[in-house]
Amino acid sequence: MQFDLIRRDRASISMALLAPLLALLATGLVSWAIFAAIGTPAGLALWTMAASPFTNWYDFSEVLLKMAPLLLIAQGLAIGFRARVFNIGAEGQLILGAIFASALPVWFPGATSPLLWPAMMVAGMAGGAFWAGIAAFWRTRLNANEILVTLMLSLIAVQVLNWLLLGPWKDPAGFNFPQTAMFQAQALLPGLLPGTRVNIALLFASVASVAAYILMQRGVAGYRLVVTGTAPRAAGYAGFSAARGVWLSLLISGAAAGLAGAAEVAGPLGQLQRSVSQGYGFAAIIVAYLGGLHPLGIVVSSLVMSALYIGGDNAAVFADLPQAAVRVVQGLLLTFYLIAATLVRYRIVRARVAPA
Amino acid sequence: MSPLEFILAGTLAAATPLLLAALGELVVERSGVLNLGVEGMMALGAAVAFIVSYHTGGHALAFVAGALAGMGAALIFAVPVLMFRANQVAAGLALGILAGGLSALFGRPYESLTVRAIPKIEIPLLSDLPILGGMLTQDGVVWASLAMAALMAWAFRSTRLGWRIRAVGENPAAAHAIGTPVLAIRAACIAFGGALAGLGGAYAATVYTPLWADGMIAGRGWIAVALVVFGTWQTGRVAMGAILFGALSIGELVVQATGIAIPSQALAALPYLATIVVLALISSNRARMRLNSVASLGEPFGR
Repeated sequence: MQFDLIRRDRASISMALLAPLLALLATGLVSWAIFAAIGTPAGLALWTMAASPFTNWYDFSEVLLKMAPLLLIAQGLAIGFRARVFNIGAEGQLILGAIFASALPVWFPGATSPLLWPAMMVAGMAGGAFWAGIAAFWRTRLNANEILVTLMLSLIAVQVLNWLLLGPWKDPAGFNFPQTAMFQAQALLPGLLPGTRVNIALLFASVASVAAYILMQRGVAGYRLVVTGTAPRAAGYAGFSAARGVWLSLLISGAAAGLAGAAEVAGPLGQLQRSVSQGYGFAAIIVAYLGGLHPLGIVVSSLVMSALYIGGDNAAVFADLPQAAVRVVQGLLLTFYLIAATLVRYRIVRARVAPA
Repeated sequence: MSPLEFILAGTLAAATPLLLAALGELVVERSGVLNLGVEGMMALGAAVAFIVSYHTGGHALAFVAGALAGMGAALIFAVPVLMFRANQVAAGLALGILAGGLSALFGRPYESLTVRAIPKIEIPLLSDLPILGGMLTQDGVVWASLAMAALMAWAFRSTRLGWRIRAVGENPAAAHAIGTPVLAIRAACIAFGGALAGLGGAYAATVYTPLWADGMIAGRGWIAVALVVFGTWQTGRVAMGAILFGALSIGELVVQATGIAIPSQALAALPYLATIVVLALISSNRARMRLNSVASLGEPFGR
């Protein structure tokens, strides 16, 4: 059957709210079929994945722990995406942030200043912004596509991390594992909820969400930023520089990702490891889109996405579901959402037969 | 075997998965579509080909299965991108995560198992040459991939199909206006690109290192994406780049084995670094940019 997409006069708000739900529903159905096909108890696996993170306090606190980096990175990325600056290298910016932050405890293992962890957070933001800034320079001065540059920089960051952990920064007492020594207590973030691993990174992410909301939904600066991306000519006539929009988008998203990396090494990890990211940089892209690139939507989607990780871990234990299933669900969720989100701006109509 | 001979002998086989996947991505990008899911499509092709090879022992069948798996994955990407005009970057990353996850899911019972590789072809006289002999002794897939590169270069230059693909990538509105079926051509290119990525994965998992391990594609798909840019969307340059990056990956092994004072990570990062430099070189001059890249890359097309 032929069909056409007709642009709506205005975006459909009900469709915007319905799209993530439709995507979740379709993802659930297809995941169920796939899990059943590989011979796992699909119903149990799905139920564990979806519900278990919310049924006990410990699991929910782990969800909150995972939510902090995803929320932080996604808020930063969404600002850029709305300005049509596609930073897909948050993974690398996170790694650079983690490296910059780790430099302090690695170089000064005897430091006991209470300002150590705040300094690490600042260093992490600087590291992420630096890595994203390279892409901004390449785009504004050399006219190079930021999608490809941020992606390449991510892959380079992984190699830099490997080199540090296998070489100069390797813990001499660490049985040759590619990781640094454990950091001193002053290098660790204060806890937020007693009895859990949740730390004040969640507070950073909340502040970032409020800031993103004010910037993008209330302020003039955010509006300008969006205009530089969506209507560069109009922005030019109005005197907003497109280059400034690119710099701002990349520096904000890079700093946010860098902070997330710093908070990982100063939080749950307590050292710099090869697996510092666990794919948060890419997962945050899913979070940003799933939240409709809206600061409030992203709060919800980051909660859903983090619950998926914890639920996936539980399903691995209780339903023998392979860990990789989480990736399958993530990929399906974004694919279905992208399809459903089209209906926010377009109507589907049956195509009329074209005159021959 | 001297390090030079070792590098020469290993380069083409190491380059083959990169070459196949990069040729596939080249066709996709030439039609104006950016598919960032190559890593995932390769992984899925690798897993499916390995499973088929493990159960049947047939390599031809394994390659067909790998290609079909890559193609199937690519079609998952084609639906949101072509039918629903979704953001190609997001859809490509979604495909990469999804197909990578599926490869791990399907491959789990086969973790660390091995299959029999296909034999290398001894060419009389040439294979006995000093130094170059090792380079000229390759399996059939290596030669077929190089032939594919030559065929594609010819197709883009001299066939109606090649010109139609280029027209669709450069100016889809104009191509549509003269009756070229833009979306159908893009769909075919995406499917073809997926098939080649699947073949590249199949080669990696059943011939180059004939064993299955989750994550065995190890960034080759990203190198393939980089290669297309590195080769400025020209088939010949992409093929040369694949061979160069193949040599680099063998060089990494040599460096590790001989303990030369270059960190192997520096060599591993070199393809990406080179791509960033090439991007700067071709993009900074706007005229050269127009000449060398695909004008409508990443833009959805709707009537």
